[in-house]
Amino acid sequence: MKTGWVVAAFAALVVLLGVGLTLNPREVPSPLVGKAAPGFELPLLHAPEKTFSQKDMLGKAWVLNVWASWCPPCLVEHPVVTALAQSGLAPVVGLNYKDRREDALPWLKKHGDPYRFSVQDAAGRIGIDYGVYGVPETYVIDRRGTIRYKHIGPLTPEVSRGKLQPLLQELSREG
Amino acid sequence: MRASLVALLLLAGAAMAQSDPAMDKRVAALAVELRCLVCQNQTLADSNAALAVDLRNQIREQLEKGASEQDVIDFMVARYGDFVLYKPPFKASTLALWLGPFVLLALGVWALLRQIARRRVPSPELSAAERDRAARLLE
Repeated sequence: MKTGWVVAAFAALVVLLGVGLTLNPREVPSPLVGKAAPGFELPLLHAPEKTFSQKDMLGKAWVLNVWASWCPPCLVEHPVVTALAQSGLAPVVGLNYKDRREDALPWLKKHGDPYRFSVQDAAGRIGIDYGVYGVPETYVIDRRGTIRYKHIGPLTPEVSRGKLQPLLQELSREG
Repeated sequence: MRASLVALLLLAGAAMAQSDPAMDKRVAALAVELRCLVCQNQTLADSNAALAVDLRNQIREQLEKGASEQDVIDFMVARYGDFVLYKPPFKASTLALWLGPFVLLALGVWALLRQIARRRVPSPELSAAERDRAARLLE
């Protein structure tokens, strides 16, 4: 009877810790999901004399992908981002984060440019507003300008097919 | 050479004079309360990750603009969630975190008391005959 209790308590502890081990401590739940995408007006990477604001996208769902030429995982997700952009489900805009133009442009030339266009956040200030802490990060923003989904770290084909694309399809049905 | 050295020292002196110790203190006090998101077991004060440096500058910038400590904390929580706080807030989702240890302590004390109560050997009751015999033996 008594050993039964001890075994049960031990088993409960094992289950609790076991569940804890399967959680990813890097996946910090973003408080931004469900909130309006923070405002910005940033120069375009390819044409710094022009600017882009998140307001320019009101009326359609889009994807904001934070990348940098100094970020190896960005290269890992590059084919997935390319496939997502080619699916035509939504425009993919790049946020070139804390990078230099002279590094970013050759990177795109070498590996291919999946983005509709990229904007430059050289100081990383807009990154802070978006709660960026581990490049790459990917945001889905709906036509009202609300952040609907955030993915931290490299996009995997599973996440892209299993979460991003269904969400984008749903958003396009919304109108 | 010497002239440039003197100029450098003067510049350094000017830069030091500009930093305000009271402000440094406030920035440092906030930085130890906030988690560095990149290296998760360090505070913003301990970490030299690029993001930590940016966020420390952000703290200073906001305080200099007249923001209160709470304003800065709210700014960080709005972007990174409760996770940036080294001291998580007391609310429904953190009840187990805050109260769990006390519940476990109470359970432990209860189990211990029960164990002690069980082990206590009842003092032997002597019958009248045994009492007589003991008295005789003691004489």
